[in-house]
Amino acid sequence: MLLKVINVITLIAFMNIIKYDKLSAKGELLMSKNPVLEVKNISMIYHTLNGEVEAISDIDFKVYEGEIIGIVGPSGCGKSTLLSIISGLITPSSGEVIVKGRKVTKPSKNIGYMFQRDHLLEWRNILQNVLLGLEIQNRVDKKAVEKAEKLLDTYGLGEFKESYPRQLSGGMRQRAALIRTLMVEPELLLLDEPFSALDYQTRLAISDEIGLILKNENKTTLMVTHDIAEAISISDRIIILSNRPAKIKDIIDIELTCPNNKWSPINCREAPEFRHYFNRIWKELDIHV
Amino acid sequence: MYEVEASKEHKNFLQKIRRRKKIILITQISIFILGLAFWEIAARLSLIDTFLTSSPSNIWNTFLKMSKNGNLAYHVGISVFENIIGFTAGTLIGVLVAIGLWWSDFLAKVLEPYLVVLNSLPKTALAPIIIIWIGTGYDGIIVTAISVSVVITIMNMFNSFISVDEDKIKLLKTFGATKLQIFKKVVLPHSIPDMISTLKVNIGLSWVGVIVGEFLVSRAGIGWLLVYGSQVFQFDLIMMGVFILAIISVIMYKIVSIVENKFTRWNQ
Repeated sequence: MLLKVINVITLIAFMNIIKYDKLSAKGELLMSKNPVLEVKNISMIYHTLNGEVEAISDIDFKVYEGEIIGIVGPSGCGKSTLLSIISGLITPSSGEVIVKGRKVTKPSKNIGYMFQRDHLLEWRNILQNVLLGLEIQNRVDKKAVEKAEKLLDTYGLGEFKESYPRQLSGGMRQRAALIRTLMVEPELLLLDEPFSALDYQTRLAISDEIGLILKNENKTTLMVTHDIAEAISISDRIIILSNRPAKIKDIIDIELTCPNNKWSPINCREAPEFRHYFNRIWKELDIHV
Repeated sequence: MYEVEASKEHKNFLQKIRRRKKIILITQISIFILGLAFWEIAARLSLIDTFLTSSPSNIWNTFLKMSKNGNLAYHVGISVFENIIGFTAGTLIGVLVAIGLWWSDFLAKVLEPYLVVLNSLPKTALAPIIIIWIGTGYDGIIVTAISVSVVITIMNMFNSFISVDEDKIKLLKTFGATKLQIFKKVVLPHSIPDMISTLKVNIGLSWVGVIVGEFLVSRAGIGWLLVYGSQVFQFDLIMMGVFILAIISVIMYKIVSIVENKFTRWNQ
């Protein structure tokens, strides 16, 4: 009898949990139960002739669908190494990376990587450059070309598809590089200081545009940057790394009340919370020259 | 108003550049013609000994005489044939070996000192050996020509292959590219300009190989004409050989330049 009662109670409780879960999934607090990316206790030790260097020590975090995560840290702390590990280009000394439930062991189609420089191939026109990823995966067909043309049109490069990279400005080149990454439809985007090769004005404009594109396409993104303001303006969360060996010092949720309720990285720089986040991150980075 | 004025200035600017180009061309041609004229006049006035210097008109006459009886076409044809085979094979073999070195880092490291030694060795020193091993016909001469250009091709092309930006290779890897794809999509196209400039150099180097080879053993070819001319002390013949060599080299160089323009249109 008692057992039955307990059973019923558990059942009700269980159903409640499920209900609550559904509610919270609808609400914006938890975007999705299943993380797109799980980084589990990653450590990385480099071996050189002079000994071994610990670059990354026990890093552990999760990223959910549609989130933009900024990673900031002192220069040379191992941010790029972390991205290379997540992308599967290098194997960590210990720990594992899981993207959409699958363990990453080598570079895979569902991860897109964007570099500091655009690395457009100079001998290909913009359309051919944008199709590079699909070409390597043997997926170029009429539909893919149409999609590429549409993306180029949408993001203001339509009339340059026959042009060669050297005829484009730095900002346009970086936009083309992003479209090239988006073309392979990655589930996770890794951006490695994507704007730092640009001059300051272009950088502001292009980070605004690319932030909007990422939100627009609902891309889960991990972005390494050394620009604190840029990180705050684009990210939903910011991971702060310590000096070498890189450890997670803090993870900060960013909630900005952007003017006129219009989200855009440049607009959100005017949010009242902006400078508080800035000061907090600056202090946590603890940079001494 | 502003635009009209600007365009007038622009016209002046363009005109200036065009005029400068014209003057340079005219000067270049005049130097050539004046040089020939002085040479001819000096020969006619017996200021120089035509026995040792020949003269433009004598060279021209020799050229006409030899073209008429078909001798010239025969000798030039043989040398050009040897040269073309020599530099294409030299470039091709060099590029293939360089690909091998790029493919296997181990191989590249192992062969490095050998390549350095071979590269600093004057290849014409190998010509007698090659001719004894391969034979005294065309084949020996062609192999001599190849030996002159192949080592430098390997080194140039290998250096060009490894000068590709590491991040570009990383980018392709993130798309899941295989090593062959990396080579075909990035490394090879990146190296095409270097390959063409190597080809240009190789034409000249192969001529060295061909002429040296012909000096040593041949019974025909421009090199043979030169040696024969010096043995019978016919300076007209020697000078004509040199002129013809110069003309052929220029023609070949131009052809490669046209090919170059076709392949590197993205760079203009």
